[in-house]
Amino acid sequence: MATRIDEEIDVIPPKGVRPPIIGPGQTLGTVADRIGGIVLTKHTPIFWLMIVALAVALFGVLNTAIAYLLGRGVGIWGVNIPVGWGFAIVNFVWWIGIGHAGTLISAILLLFKQGWRTSINRFAEAMTIFAVMQAGLFPLLHTGRPWLAAYWLFPIPLTMGVWPQFRSPLIWDVFAVSTYFTVSFLFWGIGLIPDFASLRDSAKTLFVRRIYGILAMGWRGSAKHWNRYESAYMLLAGLATPLVLSVHSVVSLDFAVAVVPGWHTTFFPPYFVAGAIFSGFAMVLMLAIPFRYLYGMQDFITLRHLQNCAKLMLATGLIVAYSYSMEMFIGWYSNDKFELGLVHNRLHGPYSHYYFVLIFCNIIAPQSLWFNKVRSTPWILFLVSTIVQTGMWLERFVIVVLSLNRDFLPSSWGMYWWTKWDIMTLVGTMGFFVLLFFLFIRFMPAISISELRTLLPQSKVKE
Amino acid sequence: MPNKTDSHPNLISPDEIKPASLELETVRKKLAGANGPKYWRTLQELADQPALGELLQREFPRGAGEWLDPVSRRGFLKLAGASLALAGLAGCTRQPYEQILPYVRQPEYLVPGKPIFFATAMPFGGYAHPLLVETHEYRPSKIEGNPQHGACLGGTDLFAQASVLDLYDPDRSINITYKGEPRPWGEFLGSIRARVLYHNSNQGAGLRFLSGATSSPTFGSQMRAIQQVFPQSKWYRWEPAHHDSFRAGSKMAFGAYYDSIYKFDAADVVVSLDGDFLSGSWFPGFVRYARDFMTRRKDPEKGMNRLYVAESAPTTTGAKADHKIPARNAEIEQIARALAAKVGVAGGGAGQLSAEHQKWVDAAAADLIQHKGKGIVVPGVFQSPAVVALVHAMNAALGNAGQTVTYIDPVEIDPLINTDSIRELVGEINAGKVETLIILGGNPVYDAPADLDFGGVLEKFVADQKNMVLQLSIFKNETTDFATWHVPEAHYLESWGDARSFDGAVTLIQPMIAPLYDGKSANEIIAIFTDEPSSSGYDLVRAYWRSQHTGDDFEAWWRRSLHDGYIANSAFPAKQVAAKLGAVPAAAAVDPNAIEIIFRPDPTIYDGRFVNNGWLQETPKPLSRGTWDNVAYISPKMAQQFGFFVLETDGIAKSDSEPNVNADHQSDAQNVLEITIDGRKVKVPAWPQPGHPDGAVTLFLGYGRRKTGIVGTGTGYDAYSVRPVGSQYTGSGSIQVIPEHWDIAITQGHFTMDTREPVKAASLKEFLEDKHFAHDEPELEPRENESLYPDYRDKGWYKSNAWGMAIDLNSCVGCQACSVACYAENNISVVGKYQVQRGREMMWIRIDTYYAGDPANPSVYFQPLPCMQCEDAPCEGVCPVGATVHSTEGLNDMVYNRCVGTRYCSNNCPYKVRRFNFLLFADYTTPVLKLQRNPDVTVRSRGVMEKCTYCIQRITAARINAEEQGRYRDGRIDIRDGEIKTACQQACPADAIVFGDINDPNSRVAKLKSQARNYSVLAEVNTRPRTTYLAAVNNPNPELEKA
Repeated sequence: MATRIDEEIDVIPPKGVRPPIIGPGQTLGTVADRIGGIVLTKHTPIFWLMIVALAVALFGVLNTAIAYLLGRGVGIWGVNIPVGWGFAIVNFVWWIGIGHAGTLISAILLLFKQGWRTSINRFAEAMTIFAVMQAGLFPLLHTGRPWLAAYWLFPIPLTMGVWPQFRSPLIWDVFAVSTYFTVSFLFWGIGLIPDFASLRDSAKTLFVRRIYGILAMGWRGSAKHWNRYESAYMLLAGLATPLVLSVHSVVSLDFAVAVVPGWHTTFFPPYFVAGAIFSGFAMVLMLAIPFRYLYGMQDFITLRHLQNCAKLMLATGLIVAYSYSMEMFIGWYSNDKFELGLVHNRLHGPYSHYYFVLIFCNIIAPQSLWFNKVRSTPWILFLVSTIVQTGMWLERFVIVVLSLNRDFLPSSWGMYWWTKWDIMTLVGTMGFFVLLFFLFIRFMPAISISELRTLLPQSKVKE
Repeated sequence: MPNKTDSHPNLISPDEIKPASLELETVRKKLAGANGPKYWRTLQELADQPALGELLQREFPRGAGEWLDPVSRRGFLKLAGASLALAGLAGCTRQPYEQILPYVRQPEYLVPGKPIFFATAMPFGGYAHPLLVETHEYRPSKIEGNPQHGACLGGTDLFAQASVLDLYDPDRSINITYKGEPRPWGEFLGSIRARVLYHNSNQGAGLRFLSGATSSPTFGSQMRAIQQVFPQSKWYRWEPAHHDSFRAGSKMAFGAYYDSIYKFDAADVVVSLDGDFLSGSWFPGFVRYARDFMTRRKDPEKGMNRLYVAESAPTTTGAKADHKIPARNAEIEQIARALAAKVGVAGGGAGQLSAEHQKWVDAAAADLIQHKGKGIVVPGVFQSPAVVALVHAMNAALGNAGQTVTYIDPVEIDPLINTDSIRELVGEINAGKVETLIILGGNPVYDAPADLDFGGVLEKFVADQKNMVLQLSIFKNETTDFATWHVPEAHYLESWGDARSFDGAVTLIQPMIAPLYDGKSANEIIAIFTDEPSSSGYDLVRAYWRSQHTGDDFEAWWRRSLHDGYIANSAFPAKQVAAKLGAVPAAAAVDPNAIEIIFRPDPTIYDGRFVNNGWLQETPKPLSRGTWDNVAYISPKMAQQFGFFVLETDGIAKSDSEPNVNADHQSDAQNVLEITIDGRKVKVPAWPQPGHPDGAVTLFLGYGRRKTGIVGTGTGYDAYSVRPVGSQYTGSGSIQVIPEHWDIAITQGHFTMDTREPVKAASLKEFLEDKHFAHDEPELEPRENESLYPDYRDKGWYKSNAWGMAIDLNSCVGCQACSVACYAENNISVVGKYQVQRGREMMWIRIDTYYAGDPANPSVYFQPLPCMQCEDAPCEGVCPVGATVHSTEGLNDMVYNRCVGTRYCSNNCPYKVRRFNFLLFADYTTPVLKLQRNPDVTVRSRGVMEKCTYCIQRITAARINAEEQGRYRDGRIDIRDGEIKTACQQACPADAIVFGDINDPNSRVAKLKSQARNYSVLAEVNTRPRTTYLAAVNNPNPELEKA
């Protein structure tokens, strides 16, 4: 699909007027054709092949890194005593956090009846699933014996007659993340059924029709189907909504339950959830902006969507900023020698420059979103989102490494230096994510056809 | 003839086959399992049997005919091979027939699974460490001290603990070589005997022996006998960490050599002039002295002794001092003179002291005079003869001599001045007066004084074909390159011998295991020069002691002495000597601008003999916490002058190479200095060491080896390369900064306590005013259980035994014998320099060093940290698989096979005592290292967390023992207090660690924990550790206002 470089795209409306949710002149048919066209076209765009080639290369890097890790041991990374967790857990929390926006858009905005969610929820939910897949690698890989952790962490009643130790937050993680993945996948999968049916019906070749036919599971678009669909969808939205808050809260408990200064804080659950949504929307924007540009989807993912995402980013960014300041304030105010040590470590310690970059990325840079110009200019938004993503990664780095690096006894203070394998694993998961996402774009409708159609005036039901 | 080293169990010697009964089955059995060369050898044996002919005739009539013709033996073998193969006798296509059999005749006392302890001794620098060695199936695996021997009272030092690993070192020399080529013993013996006969004819002119210091009476008697037979031969000595100055000082004071014995438990005041009697075994008697000294510091309420230390290179003895002053060696001599003058010794002649030194001298003198007869002045064994002589005079003047200081004849056999000895030898070699040089142990090419160039001398020496060097050493080392004959030396755990400990008591050295590589002891080698050249060590030692034995039953006496680990009444009696000090020669003028270079043996590698010992390489130096390299200590002020680092605002120097870069690094890139002495240069990593005197550099000996095993290769710098014969321990030289960096792997990067107080310390006065000073902050005391989870105590768990440990911070001298003992007992892996730099050393009990105060002269504290075995352990709740669980006796048990390695437990441990196997650190492949492993402890694989277990294998063994003996009390198994000693407790020379049952109010540990000084580290984290500490109390002189 050629990109559109009209002057009419992305025009910032005058003050007081909000951009439209959907571009002008769309019909039920054009929606399906435009969106389905990406999937059903015979001509795969060159940029897709290039991006996927790069992603496959990075996926290969990931496989190499994992193979070497499994063969040699977790010592190929930089972790040591005292810093027992490094990039792996930072990456884990980062990827899980990224996934939260998808669920929020899909579930919470659905319950709040926000119609504008319809053009971004499909790929946002896909983003969640792929992000959770990346995240799920790390709790297994970071262990010393992943081949055992793979099944001992799950409550399978066959492993030596011993259950997992349920008081451990890592087990809560197992439940939280697996629930999250399951529900997200179901949600996404059910939502896709009418769209697969659409594709099945517009498919040009028999082979393609058969594939989408299987995936559509016999959807005929009857009223009964729609009825059941709506019920299931709403039910899953209800199930997924608490997950937005609970999953990252549980992940935060990984840290909050520990005695380590800097981890042992009660505000971590809301702090993490806010941060997750913050980075999640940043990722949504980072995916939406290139996607709409490359595929010319500006009619469906309009400035309105970008602005709304930016506003949500700003809101959660402010919560995050509040959390940071509370963290430092309470640390100082408590007069507890270990908390004071933590404050000192963040401001004057060996990794303090990472902390200051973090403050810039997560507190200062997002303030630009107060300005409508910034919220309405895609490339600036993309830049701000990238900065926010970096900042969120740094936040987890600061939480994990700076608290472990200097904790209770000065004799055990020690530095954490990552190795090339740490970086290769992180970059490899990014490549894997991009690969999955672009495969998703190519083979599945990246925007929800059926839901987008509900925005059109043609679909309004006359009472 | 079958080779005598054939040991394949399936090879039945031909003698056992009766000719008439040769059956195919028998032949099949013989061949089963034999393959390769053995197979053919078996066939060869078979061929020699007449019975085979019979068999073949029966089985293969045609082949038999050919066999009877001797010419076609080869033909037979061809046929036999083919036919036997056809008959299915070829062993190589079948699995060898292996049988597992129990002992038919079980070795005496051996119950597989129960260790047996034997008494022996480790010879070290001319003195013996009395030991008990734990053997499993007659393999020594762990060294303990001999509790009944007065020289140690059960303690050991880290060298003794690590020596068991040297026995199993894969890099040991395994064969006799002639100019590098392996040779059998018979050929070697023949060659040496030819030399002996030659020297018989010329009275031994040209025959020279070179050995280290030895106290072996058998050896001494052998050498005397040899000197009778070869009157022109000479016996030279070279011990790299010799006590020449001490000997010279003794001569100066008494006119003869004497060894000093100190009674630290009777001393109220101890003044040490560079005498590091609490640091290591290079100070004879260290193990006993640490214990004795600390008996006067264990109960501050009953009074404490007071220790003054003036030292050049900082040592752990200085760390334990109540008042320490750093001083260059030249200044120490001034201090000694001033102190001598004050206590009434003439012949001093002191110069001007600095104000700080003068104050110290005044206070020390006053204290000594106040406690006449109950004080000790201790000289450094590496100090100048003048200082040593002055100290002897001081002790005499103060009435200490005979009370707290006694003198005995030297324990070493025929002591002499080593530097004179080696110089004379080199002179003789250069003058062509030597033809046969026998080097017994040691490594003179590496560690002889640099200006003598022993390597060059030997090179020229052996270039002449008629000269011969015979070297006996346990490793092939630098000297082996110039040796004509090299013979592997038997380790002390494999040989018979004898040695005297510092008090003169003889211990018979008995082997635990047959020599692994046919090594020979020094006694056996010099026996070649007698008329019984093939004597075994056993015969030699027995013969000597039989000659010494008066009375009837030698066998009973022999067995008793072997069993006890000492010969009764063999300690040397105190001698009545009077110090008659003439005028002590004036000190040589010292250029105040020259840098004083101080040479010291390394605290963990000693003089280089342990450079290939992984445990000792990985044991951090007590003050700098560096591993795998030696460093050069300089003072913080000198470092600042070189622009090396920035003083932290808390006042303690940190070893940064760039300003404002925090040094949490496990790898600390040090700046490099080039030290020049007499034109010889060496590049050293500089280490700013708090408490080091200005204007001096301390170089540590023992590293920088050119030829050693894989462990020791590439570590450190060679201080011997600049050590001149005239200034063995103190010299002067120059320093230059080199723009290079040298990474040191350190295990502790932060030496300040910051605001946390893991070590609680107070002066005696403060303690007496407030005995509970260790509990001064009530809000930090652990509270009642506030957790949602039920308390173990509420559930009635600790009803039977409740294990606990108390560590006395006063007593710990930071020697790290406990750390090395733990390595030996628990099969802990050595990870190597790079992994230590990454922060992955596996030490289960580590000693933390903390400095407080002025970096020029700080207070130093040592704190051993094993697992705290918390009752409310943060690690237990966070393990996702439940691999770390709480036992009903209060232990935090680690379940290795359940651990998946998430490392959450380590993150949550506030004490960071957990260690993780990030890679496969354990050596699973080298066969000889498996022999050392303790069979009662798992060898952990990759991905598994490990930590101190309070030696649960010992607890369980004691429990099983008690159960077997039917010892019950109140329905519980009754384990007596003291029956279980953890490895760290047993090794500690100062008895600082006490383990036991806290449920028993009469146990030592319960009594210690009830003392006011007892506190938990990080009590406010509410972990309720079972390992508690007795706070440090020091005893400063109120006259000297030291914080």
